[in-house]
Amino acid sequence: MVLATAETTTSLDFGPAVALSCRECGARYDLGPIFACSDCFGPLEVAYAWTPPGDAGAAKVTREQIESGPANIWRYRALLPVPADVASHRNLAPGWTKLVKAENLGRELGLRSLHIKDDSGNPTHSFKDRVVAIALEAARNFGFHTLSCSSTGNLAGAVTAAAARAGLDACVFIPSDLEEAKIVMASVYGGRLVGIDGTYDDVNRFCSELIGDPLGDKWGFVNVNLRPYYAEGSKTLAFEIVEQLGWRLPDQIVIPVASGSQLTKIDKAFKELIALGLVEERPYKIFAAQALGCSPVSAAFKAGHDFVRPVKPDTIAKSLAIGNPADGPYVLDIARRTGGAVEDVTDAEVVDSIRLLARTEGIFAETAGGVTVGVLRKLVANGVLDPDAETVVLNTGDGLKTLDAVSALARPTAVIRPSLDAFRTAIADHS
Amino acid sequence: MSVSVRIPTILRTYTDGASEVASEGATLREVLQKLDADFPGIGARILDETGKIRRFVNVYVGEEDVRFADGLDTATPEGANISVIPAVAGG
Repeated sequence: MVLATAETTTSLDFGPAVALSCRECGARYDLGPIFACSDCFGPLEVAYAWTPPGDAGAAKVTREQIESGPANIWRYRALLPVPADVASHRNLAPGWTKLVKAENLGRELGLRSLHIKDDSGNPTHSFKDRVVAIALEAARNFGFHTLSCSSTGNLAGAVTAAAARAGLDACVFIPSDLEEAKIVMASVYGGRLVGIDGTYDDVNRFCSELIGDPLGDKWGFVNVNLRPYYAEGSKTLAFEIVEQLGWRLPDQIVIPVASGSQLTKIDKAFKELIALGLVEERPYKIFAAQALGCSPVSAAFKAGHDFVRPVKPDTIAKSLAIGNPADGPYVLDIARRTGGAVEDVTDAEVVDSIRLLARTEGIFAETAGGVTVGVLRKLVANGVLDPDAETVVLNTGDGLKTLDAVSALARPTAVIRPSLDAFRTAIADHS
Repeated sequence: MSVSVRIPTILRTYTDGASEVASEGATLREVLQKLDADFPGIGARILDETGKIRRFVNVYVGEEDVRFADGLDTATPEGANISVIPAVAGG
């Protein structure tokens, strides 16, 4: 296959990546700015020399090499579609966020061993910096000078920030009704921010059409024509979790689902680490979390379907509000294959779970983190999660981005005159 | 009914590079049949072997995703714009 439309350089350097492969039919394509199989429309993903039927020995990477790398995602560069010298490029160097041992929350929920992977510590305060960093390298390889995306908010800020650091132009698209903080964060780094009157799915559709138009055909849309590379960035969450656990797979993990891409790539990463001998093989269960107001994958799981019927989102968890999740069917497959589940929680439970996490662990999560913690709590209460197993739950973004969700409930205990008497009275009222 | 169909880049090899083509039909099913008659082979790219819209293809009549309407039986009024779009994820 030849490369699709783009201004390509003569020598591409994607490190260990060798091809794109259709996840549905297995057709292979040269590395290029394409995302869908021309035979069956299936999503393309990056294949490496060690990807079956390739040779697992082709990776030639050891734990020691990884551990001696930088404290960011580039310590895993030998497992990503990036050049060997990527760490010297201008990028935000995200990752190596904290894996917090959540003893207080674990005690409250009755879990023996609970960890929170807190990705609010990334440069733009969400996990999106990971995927954008990989897409940025692909954009460089293909000679794109403008970075773009359709976004539910976090991605737009990650793209404009990465473009600013790399010296590229940016033009990003969001639903016009996003949270104020996400609009500000997407705008402050420069570039063009365009609000679209509609849902994320409308924005996504718009971008898909823009990419086929002369207006946008020279742009790198990180989650459209660069999506195979972009999606690989989510693997670094799994790599870090395994390394931070002492090179061990967690028994069970709770992951938020919007498009489903992150969950499928975490599963892919676990499988790659096993295949490459970097971690001992053992069973793991993957649990997917959605907000009830946008729960097409959860609904399909509970109905026993292997397809996902799109919905119109209506939830405060806007970063997860994708009504037509492209990787939804794969999430169903993975949850069932690993013995996990897909569950959802109401917006009220999301808010309550944000406060629970903040109160017990000092971590202020955005609504997506409220969804995962809420689903964690529900799965424990329902007896679906094993309380004695090592459990990891993801927080993928910072609560400062979704203040509205909790602002009515998170108020001062009292407002008083600056006098001891007033304080004494106020304390008595709230003791 | 006379309608226009927007063709994604991936299928423009069937339409000599055209990004938009004319078609006819009272329902999406009829429109796609006419499209396949005019551009042989394109129908099998949009529909699977059982005749359903492929799982990674989204089809819109106007602003509406046909999965929210009547699928292949969705009415295609005179002058309707139909879009065929590969599914992509994001967030």
